[in-house]
Amino acid sequence: MRAVPAGTGNLLGMTEDLVVRAEGLRKRFGSTQALDGVDLSMRRGTVLGVLGPNGAGKTTAVRVLATLLRPDEGRAFVAGIDVLKNPRQVRRKIGLTGQYASVDEDLTGVQNLVLIGRLLDLSGRDARRRADELLEWFDLSEAARRPAKTYSGGMRRRLDLAASLVGQPEVIFLDEPTTGLDPAKREDMWGVVRTQVASGASVLLTTQYLEEADALADEIVVVNHGKVIAHDTPDGLKRKVGGQTLRVRPADPARLPDVLRLLDLVAAPGTAASLDEAAGSRPGAASVPVSSDEALDKLIPALRADRVEVTELALHLPSLDEVFHALTGRVRTEELV
Amino acid sequence: MTAIAMHSAALAKRSLIKTMRTPEALIDVTIQPVIFLLLFTYLFGGAIADGDRHAYLQFLLPGMLAQSLAMGGVALGQNLNADIEKGVFDRFRSLPISRAAPLIGAVSADVIRYLSVCVSLLLFGTIMGFRVETGVLPALGAVALSIGFGLCFCWISVWVGMMVRTSGAVQGIMFLLVLPLTFGSNVFVSTDTLPGWLQAFVAVNPITPLVEAIRGLLVGGPVAGPLTTTLLWMAGLLVVFVPLALRAYSRRA
Repeated sequence: MRAVPAGTGNLLGMTEDLVVRAEGLRKRFGSTQALDGVDLSMRRGTVLGVLGPNGAGKTTAVRVLATLLRPDEGRAFVAGIDVLKNPRQVRRKIGLTGQYASVDEDLTGVQNLVLIGRLLDLSGRDARRRADELLEWFDLSEAARRPAKTYSGGMRRRLDLAASLVGQPEVIFLDEPTTGLDPAKREDMWGVVRTQVASGASVLLTTQYLEEADALADEIVVVNHGKVIAHDTPDGLKRKVGGQTLRVRPADPARLPDVLRLLDLVAAPGTAASLDEAAGSRPGAASVPVSSDEALDKLIPALRADRVEVTELALHLPSLDEVFHALTGRVRTEELV
Repeated sequence: MTAIAMHSAALAKRSLIKTMRTPEALIDVTIQPVIFLLLFTYLFGGAIADGDRHAYLQFLLPGMLAQSLAMGGVALGQNLNADIEKGVFDRFRSLPISRAAPLIGAVSADVIRYLSVCVSLLLFGTIMGFRVETGVLPALGAVALSIGFGLCFCWISVWVGMMVRTSGAVQGIMFLLVLPLTFGSNVFVSTDTLPGWLQAFVAVNPITPLVEAIRGLLVGGPVAGPLTTTLLWMAGLLVVFVPLALRAYSRRA
């Protein structure tokens, strides 16, 4: 589990180094209000996950920040530069990987990356060196001389990401970088994102996958209908929306009644312990909603005093799935995809 | 070299690599003009030129050059439209380069296509019996003028490519423009056989002076007048359609 970033209790009021800052972004396409007053902030060296269903305005927000689209209203700064007044300077600081892999399919891996290098004013030799370096790093050296159209989906996505890193950007925008990838390939991409952040880049990524935002993001912005409906750490979001649950599994199932009795002592007001009977959960455990971590501190001595041996004792935060549903009022995950 | 020239050159190289990788994309500037040349010479030539096919070939080939060049630009607008749809241009637009560079690069690379038109038609025409009646320099001048005109005319296609939604629509619209321009001209027949209203159209059609100039340079005849008119048309095309294309490209979300 990643450490919670310092100072997250006061996200929006902070004066520390914000590498992306947007205020009141509005954009309308015909009768669709794609952005309806979006505020965003991302601290340097972190990953900001922009989470939302299809059509929520995620891609529009990224296109505005990456200077591809002018908003109807609002201001945005990337790396301290005004996106609307100095888009050209912003483009020196950013790397963009779009929702659809935007490499040129007819060009080979190396030709694609050399082209980007040349467009970033690298000399022919330097562009070549940087391309080789990235191809090796993304495990594409063997395919370097093949046209990108022969690449698998995962390889193409890696090449696309490599293309956005040629200029060693300060800020990387990844618009749904893993949509359509199988789970193993998705985790590969996560590894790449983490490495980039470790080497000092800041990453803003949009995703429809709650799991992805949870795994990568230091902070999450939840967007729906062109509006930001929440901005917090993943843990903060979970805490804000749903209570925590304490689960205990006794070594001897016969002790379950004792476990239920002890759990009731630490239950959040108005709740009671119950046996885990949900479909898919292994029987033989009991859970109770609790209002704070202190419940754990009280429960452990109580279990010890009653000599209940346990094989599982855990405090669970609600999944982001549950958080999202609570925030957007949607019922099922399927609606998100 | 200034930055925009370097960036355009890098992007032109990209287009050339793509062309080399898909030679079948050159059919419309190699085999297709030759097929038209064969068709008109042997199928209609006898009827149009009263049995003298050789004389008709001498008349037709310079006109075919002009028609094939006008049609040769259609693919450019289609390719640019596809680049935008595939998201390739989003990457370019997120880079610190001039907005004009991707368009200038793509247009420059089209030189190879217009050169292909000239080489295929002159080479195959020679096999069929076409003879340059002027000399090497005027013939080279005709090739240069043809390519130059192609590079100016294709900006219409670039503009349409930026404006419409699909590459199929680019082709549809461009053919609506190119077919009347090339058939309603002096490409295939001597214009004095045409009805008056059509002669009026032919007289203001930019293809007409182009064909006259190329004819003059290849098989003899007046050059200075039609060449001047053609150069003015070329300048006019650039002045109107380059800014239109650039603006459409910048606005395209």
